[in-house]
Amino acid sequence: MPDRALIEADGLALGYGGPAVVEGVGFTLRAGERLALLGPNGGGKTTVLRAVLGELRPLAGELRVGTRCGVVPQTERSRLDYPVSALDVATMGSLSRLPWWRRPGRRERREGLEALGRVGLEALAGETFGELSGGQRQRVLVARALVQDAGVLLMDEPFAGLDRTAAERLEALIAALASEGRGVVIATHDLGQAARWDSVLCINRRQVAVGPPAVLSREVLEATYGGEIVALPGGERAIVSPHHHDHE
Amino acid sequence: MLEPLQDTFMQRAVAEMTLLGLAAGALGCWVVLYEFSYAAESLAHAVFPGLVLAALAGVPLLLGAAPAILLAALAIALASRAPGVGRETAVAVVVTTLFGLGVLLALSPQSPPGLQSLLFGDILGPTDTDLAAAAALVVVVAVALRLLHGQLLATGFDRDSAAALGLAAGRVEAALLVLLATATVVAVQGLGNLLVVAAFVGPAATARNLSDRVGPMIAIAAATAVLAGIAGLYLSYYAGTAGGASVALAILTAYLLSLPARGLRARRAPDRARVATTIL
Repeated sequence: MPDRALIEADGLALGYGGPAVVEGVGFTLRAGERLALLGPNGGGKTTVLRAVLGELRPLAGELRVGTRCGVVPQTERSRLDYPVSALDVATMGSLSRLPWWRRPGRRERREGLEALGRVGLEALAGETFGELSGGQRQRVLVARALVQDAGVLLMDEPFAGLDRTAAERLEALIAALASEGRGVVIATHDLGQAARWDSVLCINRRQVAVGPPAVLSREVLEATYGGEIVALPGGERAIVSPHHHDHE
Repeated sequence: MLEPLQDTFMQRAVAEMTLLGLAAGALGCWVVLYEFSYAAESLAHAVFPGLVLAALAGVPLLLGAAPAILLAALAIALASRAPGVGRETAVAVVVTTLFGLGVLLALSPQSPPGLQSLLFGDILGPTDTDLAAAAALVVVVAVALRLLHGQLLATGFDRDSAAALGLAAGRVEAALLVLLATATVVAVQGLGNLLVVAAFVGPAATARNLSDRVGPMIAIAAATAVLAGIAGLYLSYYAGTAGGASVALAILTAYLLSLPARGLRARRAPDRARVATTIL
């Protein structure tokens, strides 16, 4: 069922107890769809992801999530000095299915190993997580979501800090996950990548635009990023973050 | 080598140290991994006035320590809510206040002499109640850590993603703190108010230097706590030094001896990462 809606949001307003930090968010994520979540830092991307995970109750609007969601956070935020192997991390995905008193056993570790195989890291299952490269760590966290049997993967800037080869490998993995009917939401700053995916959701404290990548007009990008856009040679557009801008 | 064990008091001391070492070593790994070492020290200090009051009233120390730790937890929760006061500041204010109150009671001219020994513990003279409490502690810690292992591992690794995995990070941390408080209440009588934290933190830090996985780390920490503890008792027996302080010194020695292993592992890690990158 490639057209099945996995997430449906309509008129969402989200906040942390006070006034809404992002509002007017409405989108549908269908099975097999890759959705790029675009917006500046502080624009509300993480807030939307947290609402989808069920950590925030909407202040207004409706949000229906019809599947289990797995999260792939930025690995810089996890503990790189923590004494766990890649297999330990992948196997953690099984905890969502186990009763609280059960620890993952042989069967769950086998699932973890299979998931590591899916992301091309079976040979490194015994390596310490913090000693893997950035791209490998991202793929281990994808494996954790696979063990969780997540119908939707929420990825928070997964390409940050990756070299070209690692980024290409991760993008191929995301395409493979989508092709088997999973939905993937990817918070990113890379417009070039977003243009290759199925749809985009632009957010800057409110929803600016949603739809196929063709909606990424100059006006939409300016409203999303506050005008910090440069045209690259060849006509491609790129976002200049304030940090980089200072050096120019 | 076996000569000290012919004395009944040493047999009892070794039994007490073995039990406390097993519990503190294993639990200490999670204390270190969750960066709760400051909480461990604070809890130990906060029970001091309870210990003194129990000693003055002539009731088992456990009966004084348990309400004291509850009172400290409540006071910290209330103080953290005061505007502009962070949690660490609240802990520091409450704990120093309670510890100061305990010292005031213990060292006042009206108090009977010997109460200051509560600061350093009495590992060489455990009562039957102490031994029974330490045995019960080992069972509670072993069962709880076995049941909570998966949740502790996943929450400590990536707290922000815990909810997505169906875990309540706050509850997991609260369970760890309750276990730590329970262990502190039991262990503080033997190891002393000032030194008990060494048994939680020292063996676990030693084990972290020697191991890259949590399972082996727990086994090494428990073994280190027991062996260093017994070594400390022997030191105390032969050198006539204070029991608790000798144990703390032995634990520190174990930690120092483990430091080169950490350096070796750190040097090996980049090599392994390079191999990993080459493979894929």
